Amino acid sequence: MTAPAPAPVQTKPLLEVRGLRKLFPISRGLFRAPTDFVHAVDGIDFEIAPGESLGLVGESGCGKSTTGRMLVKLLEATEGTIQFNDGDYERDVANVSRSEIKEFRSRVQMIFQDPYESMNPRRTVFDTVSEPLAVQGVGTVPEREERVLELLGLVGLAPPENFLFRYPHELSGGQRQRIAIARALVMNPRFVVADEPTSMLDVSIRISIMELMTELGSRLGVSYLYITHDLAVARYMCDRIAVMYLGKMVEIGPTEEILANPRHPYTRALLSAVPIPDPSVKRTPVEIKGGISKAINPAPECRFIERCPFVADVCRENPHPEMFQVGERHYAACYRINEI
Amino acid sequence: MTLSLESLQTRRVDRSKPLLEVDDLTMRYKIKAGEVSAVEDVGFTIHQGEAVGLVGESGCGKTSTALALLRLLPANAEYVSGEIRLNGDDLLRLNEDEMRERRWRDIAMVFQGAMNSWNPVYRVGDQIREVLDTHYRGQLSFEEQTRHIETLFSAVGLPAAMVDRYPHEFSGGMRQRAVIAMALACSPELIIADEPTTALDVIVQDQILKELKRIQAEMGMSILYISHDIAVIAEVTDSLGVMYAGKLVEYGPTSEVFARPRHPYAYLLLRSTPSITGPRRKLAPLSGEPPDLLNPPTGCRFHPRCPFATERCVVEEPPFEEISPGHRVACWNYEDVPELDMELVR
Repeated sequence: MTAPAPAPVQTKPLLEVRGLRKLFPISRGLFRAPTDFVHAVDGIDFEIAPGESLGLVGESGCGKSTTGRMLVKLLEATEGTIQFNDGDYERDVANVSRSEIKEFRSRVQMIFQDPYESMNPRRTVFDTVSEPLAVQGVGTVPEREERVLELLGLVGLAPPENFLFRYPHELSGGQRQRIAIARALVMNPRFVVADEPTSMLDVSIRISIMELMTELGSRLGVSYLYITHDLAVARYMCDRIAVMYLGKMVEIGPTEEILANPRHPYTRALLSAVPIPDPSVKRTPVEIKGGISKAINPAPECRFIERCPFVADVCRENPHPEMFQVGERHYAACYRINEI
Repeated sequence: MTLSLESLQTRRVDRSKPLLEVDDLTMRYKIKAGEVSAVEDVGFTIHQGEAVGLVGESGCGKTSTALALLRLLPANAEYVSGEIRLNGDDLLRLNEDEMRERRWRDIAMVFQGAMNSWNPVYRVGDQIREVLDTHYRGQLSFEEQTRHIETLFSAVGLPAAMVDRYPHEFSGGMRQRAVIAMALACSPELIIADEPTTALDVIVQDQILKELKRIQAEMGMSILYISHDIAVIAEVTDSLGVMYAGKLVEYGPTSEVFARPRHPYAYLLLRSTPSITGPRRKLAPLSGEPPDLLNPPTGCRFHPRCPFATERCVVEEPPFEEISPGHRVACWNYEDVPELDMELVR
């Protein structure tokens, strides 16, 4: 097997998401059709360029994981399109049929949060990492072994031979997450969804996993959707950040721009709640009140209306705002953007 | 002891007076494979009204230290040496009944994940009532108990009506507030809070930490925070201890340790913590893995991963030395640890 080729020059976005929605019905009894729906993801649009890393941040229940799962087709979207363009391979993810799913999965992969649960305890590292190759029917067993060794070296498990036939319980959390990364990268995917890949790890190990993902991403030409609740981690991992609130995207823009100049009131609140590892810095107090609710049959008005300190008539009289451009590649969904 | 449950007790605080003094605490777990040296020679003092933090990574002994203070260790744990003095009395010399009386009344604990351990079939108020039943048996009527629990609820920002509700009617943040209300039930002098906000979203975390800070100041309590989150510890504590592999490696005023950490591990921990403010600095990863505490490394336990280690560190354990008032470090080469002046990323 050959070394992964550098990412081909592509002007089209790798991923174009338009009007993506996912509604989960709430069952009210065996014979009654559901009338209530959780609007987990409620009409979001974004693009990811080849080689780019987009961070999806927000509180629990905002729809970030649901979005990630739809992109890799672990969940079917209720509405909307996810156009995936990898060179000549152009598909709407929703229309990828059962017979095509194998090929799709060789281009799109996922890394899960919990390295203790995302691996089969009865299978060795070799079994786990080579499984995608076996499923796709790539290479002979010795070739697969060679490829797995190459990947283990790439993710910093040295010497790779020593890890090949170990079981998950013999590995630390950091080592398991390295194996999960190796498994995700073994087919040379173009796009990887990483759902909180470092949140279970200790600080000192977290940094090396973050560095590993960034380095391999740029070396192998992989784009990431990086799902996290930790804005400080997103700052180091992502070119752009998208903030979600109750199924809606409320702000998207370049990482440093979002951190330095947040425009949506929710983004501001979120940023001002993040503790700072420096006792000499005093944070500005968080402006919003209350807690996050659930988006069950939400009202048409702005999703953030109940907690927003800047709410005005314009917010009550209009539907949930569209994304307005507020800077270069920077958009926010708020009617009062120019007043606050 | 006088009962003033009408309003929550407010203590006069003398910040120079020690409340809890831990000396040379050593504790091991006996397992099949041998003895795990979980807490080794740990010593620190919490003063009246002070907030102290213990930070470190999984398995460094911070939760074991907390449980040891309350004598709540599992059966296979063994105290090898040390003293834990609360207002001068050594807790390790009390018998089990005396110790039970002290728990909740003098020292209360907010356990890790406690917000998910409410019994789902009992009302939250009734579960707090159990604490009052145990410690004020027969001294309070049912109505007095109810009024006290309502006072506790309002102290932590919960509506009084929630007293009669079941745990599933509380959100995550509200359940954690109720846990804190329970810890406050007997107006303890010290609360040990083990990862009190770890499972919560940042905005709720911010609310809970503010609430704790306010209550601590108003009631004149001391708090021992246990956390892996350095940013949280930076914001809520006056002093902090950094633990590594069962040892306390640095202890001092929070502002001083953050401005100039002297132990290499504390230094690397701070350099590997990302922040959303300030310039985007290069983060320094820590190489290697935490040691096996069945066979801890010789000399300084951090030497296999330490970039400043010398031959002496391999053979000789460094003393926990005071380098400035109230600031102690266990490192032979602490003077070699540079300032936290980190270079910018690209």
